[in-house]
Amino acid sequence: TNEWRLSCVNKEFSVCPSYPPVVIVPKSIDDEALRKVALFRHGGRFPVLSYYHKKNGMAMMRSSQPLTGTNGRRCKEDEKLINATLCSGRRGFVIDTRPLTVAQQARAKGGGFEQEVHYPQWRRIHKYIERFHILQESFIKLVEACNDQSHNMDRWLSKLEASNWLTHIKELLTAACLAAQCIDREGASVLVHGSEGTDSTLQVTSLAQIILDPRCRTIHGFEALVVREWLQAGHPFQQRCAQSAYSNSKQKWEAPVFLLFLECVWQIHRQFPCSFEFNEQFLIMLFEHAYASQFGTFLGNNENERAKLKLPQKTMSLWSWVNRPEELSRFQNPLYEANSLVIWPSVAPQSLQLWEGVFLRWNRPSKFLEEAEEERINIIKYNKELQARVNMLRRQLAEMETGEEVQEE
Amino acid sequence: VENVRLLDRLSSRRAVVGTLYLTATHVIFVENGSDTRKETWVLHSQISSIEKQATTATGCPLLIRCKNFQVIHLVIPQERDCHDVYISLIRLARPVKYEELYCFSFNPKLDKEEREQGWKLVDLNEEYNRMGVPNNYWQISDVNRDYGVCDSYPTEVYVPKSATAHIIVGSSKFRSRRRFPALSYYCKGNNASICRSSQPLSGFSARCLEDEQMLQAIRKANPGSDFIYVVDTRPKLNAMANRAAGKGYENEDNYSNIKFQFIGIENIHVMRNSLQKMLEVCELKSPSMSDFLWGLENSGWLKHIKAIMDAGIFIAKAVAEEGVSVLVHCSDGWDRTAQVCSVASLLLDPYYRTMKGFMVLIEKDWVSFGHKFNHRYGNLDGDPKEISPVIDQFIDCVWQLMEQFPCAFEFNERFLIHIQHHIYSCQFGNFLCNSQKERRELKIKERTYSLWAHLWKNRADYLNPLYRSDHSQTQGTLHPQIAPCNFLYKFWSGMYNRFEKGLHPRQSVTDYLMAVKEETQQLEEELEVLQERLANLQKSKSGNNKVKSKQQDRSKQFGLYTSNNSLANTPQEYSNDLKSFPSRSPSQGDEDSALILTQDNLKSSDPDLSANSDQESGVEDLSCRSPSGGGCLPSEDSGKDSDEAVFLAG
Repeated sequence: TNEWRLSCVNKEFSVCPSYPPVVIVPKSIDDEALRKVALFRHGGRFPVLSYYHKKNGMAMMRSSQPLTGTNGRRCKEDEKLINATLCSGRRGFVIDTRPLTVAQQARAKGGGFEQEVHYPQWRRIHKYIERFHILQESFIKLVEACNDQSHNMDRWLSKLEASNWLTHIKELLTAACLAAQCIDREGASVLVHGSEGTDSTLQVTSLAQIILDPRCRTIHGFEALVVREWLQAGHPFQQRCAQSAYSNSKQKWEAPVFLLFLECVWQIHRQFPCSFEFNEQFLIMLFEHAYASQFGTFLGNNENERAKLKLPQKTMSLWSWVNRPEELSRFQNPLYEANSLVIWPSVAPQSLQLWEGVFLRWNRPSKFLEEAEEERINIIKYNKELQARVNMLRRQLAEMETGEEVQEE
Repeated sequence: VENVRLLDRLSSRRAVVGTLYLTATHVIFVENGSDTRKETWVLHSQISSIEKQATTATGCPLLIRCKNFQVIHLVIPQERDCHDVYISLIRLARPVKYEELYCFSFNPKLDKEEREQGWKLVDLNEEYNRMGVPNNYWQISDVNRDYGVCDSYPTEVYVPKSATAHIIVGSSKFRSRRRFPALSYYCKGNNASICRSSQPLSGFSARCLEDEQMLQAIRKANPGSDFIYVVDTRPKLNAMANRAAGKGYENEDNYSNIKFQFIGIENIHVMRNSLQKMLEVCELKSPSMSDFLWGLENSGWLKHIKAIMDAGIFIAKAVAEEGVSVLVHCSDGWDRTAQVCSVASLLLDPYYRTMKGFMVLIEKDWVSFGHKFNHRYGNLDGDPKEISPVIDQFIDCVWQLMEQFPCAFEFNERFLIHIQHHIYSCQFGNFLCNSQKERRELKIKERTYSLWAHLWKNRADYLNPLYRSDHSQTQGTLHPQIAPCNFLYKFWSGMYNRFEKGLHPRQSVTDYLMAVKEETQQLEEELEVLQERLANLQKSKSGNNKVKSKQQDRSKQFGLYTSNNSLANTPQEYSNDLKSFPSRSPSQGDEDSALILTQDNLKSSDPDLSANSDQESGVEDLSCRSPSGGGCLPSEDSGKDSDEAVFLAG
């Protein structure tokens, strides 16, 4: 578009090792400025475009935390870059996925947050999303609860509660809704970041796109979203998805960040069962491949590593397998009707459920549910067949009748 | 009363101003809004409690809680008016005579014959015949002809053939409220049966020969088995405490060939408190996930549901797999016994999973055997300690089964919700009084209408699109998993948060599939017509005549075609609902128009709301109308509330 351009500043992964070679940035900012901004952002992750909302031209950007430190360092180029995304007179929102206190503490380690005095057109919102080991602990507790063999109802509910898993789901969904709301309803641009910008940031930006962008709810669109917002954006899959829930030794980098994202998609899917082209199986498949896969797609921590390992040459891509028609049909949602609107999920506790398809997959009797799914598919298939036959007959009839009229004349 | 504000539970900003009317039967709130004039109707008999809160600067708040889990929050400007409304509602919500109830004034404009037809829809004699009784082992007994033996039993009860009138009467004297063992379900396949009674008056050592003979007779009626199970659905402690009062349970030593079993389902008081606690959780303004789960656990509701299910599963297993007859009782044998017998029947017999069969089941296990509808559901002003959500729990159990066996039931969730609604509404005569005897005395069938006929008339709304009578899930016994399956029991927000549509999935798979199925049916019909015409055309091609008539035909066809098309589009309309999300964005104007759109949509898609057109044929469904109307209004999620706070504070 007119306001954005592709930049190859990171071609050799020299500016930011966890970014892809090509990123989208405001047109008015040159590569030189980008290099300077990268120095001011944690891990070199300068603000880049994550999503452009066509409806009103608002943008969602993501980055890592600014390195303000305790003495409140500034970076003119950073301020300029961020402001370049605003139309004149409009305001934007910075969504920080840490609570204020944590953000303040980060200053001691050289990190920090955008001071309002230096970014007068931006308002900062702190929306806390749990990270790393807390998530991992919660994940382990949940899996434990699901495998509990006791017959006691109270114990199940209290264990589910104690795992806090659903609380994290609720928080994450709320933050994503907030970001989407800023863009769609407030007509404001948004910058999302946490500290490193490789975990909670990506959760928020990708979920917001599910809510806002109908394309992300198609199979290809969702694949593209995962590639763009997770693989290329440098979510460290190798570190996060190594041991799953059964790790005894405390893996420092292990965390079910991607799973949490998938589950949130499932929650939205459950509330809008007709608006997604893919089904639950598709999400479960992605979850599995993120942890263990015969494909190279989820290997490595970022594009840089994948390039060094020559993965594109040495391994097959998951997508090439999934996108074959015979596999694709397994992942299609029979109820899908393209829905071009923004979908706003409810985040009330009554509306959220445990993702049984993943957590109780081996414990619950699934036969009857599968039969139901089959039934759904059949009903719709039969309908489509009939429709086709009726249309064919109609055409035949019309042809014969016109032929006859001609004859008569 | 004018200028009353109806508040939305989730957001004070969503209040609407309107006028409140009290009629003899309903509370009606009419919004002042210019074009829509949305109305909220609440039947007096649905009102569970009315709470007047401390007056504030804006007026006097009045909180009306309904038995169908609707909560209405009104603010009345004048304290005096509020007090008047409060006093009148207290009086109106607690009628003292049956004649005051709505069903005696409700008139759906059906003639006498239609009404009688309606009452004949569910016929229990027919049902017992369907089960296969009377037969060589079971016969109908006229011992209770004039309610002479037991006034809470029906006149016609089935008993083992070898049980003489002497044995029955003797046994009845040894049973609480003379509720002697009688047949509830007979399994044609293996002669096993489910019988029900009240507790024996055994105290610490009393015996009764006739009662022992009665149980013997039940065992003999099932030649394939040499013992019967006696299931006491109470917790053991409760049953033992009853012994001190001269009641109690069967001593295995005194009865030959019985296996005695306790299944701890708590009593009506525990259940009442449990529901109360759960509803408090549902009413929380913006609960965190922990608040909600903790509250749910603390209420114990799901634990109780599971206990009832476990009992039902045990009995179904005994009957279907072991071929052993079961006698079920609790204390009086009209609450827990009814729950357990009906759950077991539902598991055993696919017939009860059809729409008609489910009506029959409620009529059989609940209505005819003297479940005290009036006391439990507070139709008339009575002892609040008698009120308890006994049948609500049964309906919840059915829903849990529907979740586990999505193809097994002919009806859908809406059917259950509407039955629950009408158990409290007193709009139909089915659930009045405490026993058949009382209903006969009141001449219910002559003076009121039957709910079953009403539901049957609208059965298209209640169909489960996944149901196929030849599907494996609709055959034979259902086997729910018993192993560690606590997670199978879930909170039913469609029921307990029924009126907060914002909490529910925004797109209904059921409605979507129903629309598809309806379209399929029309396509089938059209296909037939087209094929026929094609054949005709081919025939007449040689004779080439009758062009005119054909053209007429074609225009007709075209009409059908367009209607078809619009139908195909209906599922897409749901997407309009989406617009109605909360958002308290400043762009209010935009938002409001979206809301009006939604309401219109809902009117067409939700039978609760579609009742507008029904106004002439009686007010029936209007009472179900939700106050939140569009329903999507409240979707302002609690979570978002706090966001906004950040928004403002940030």
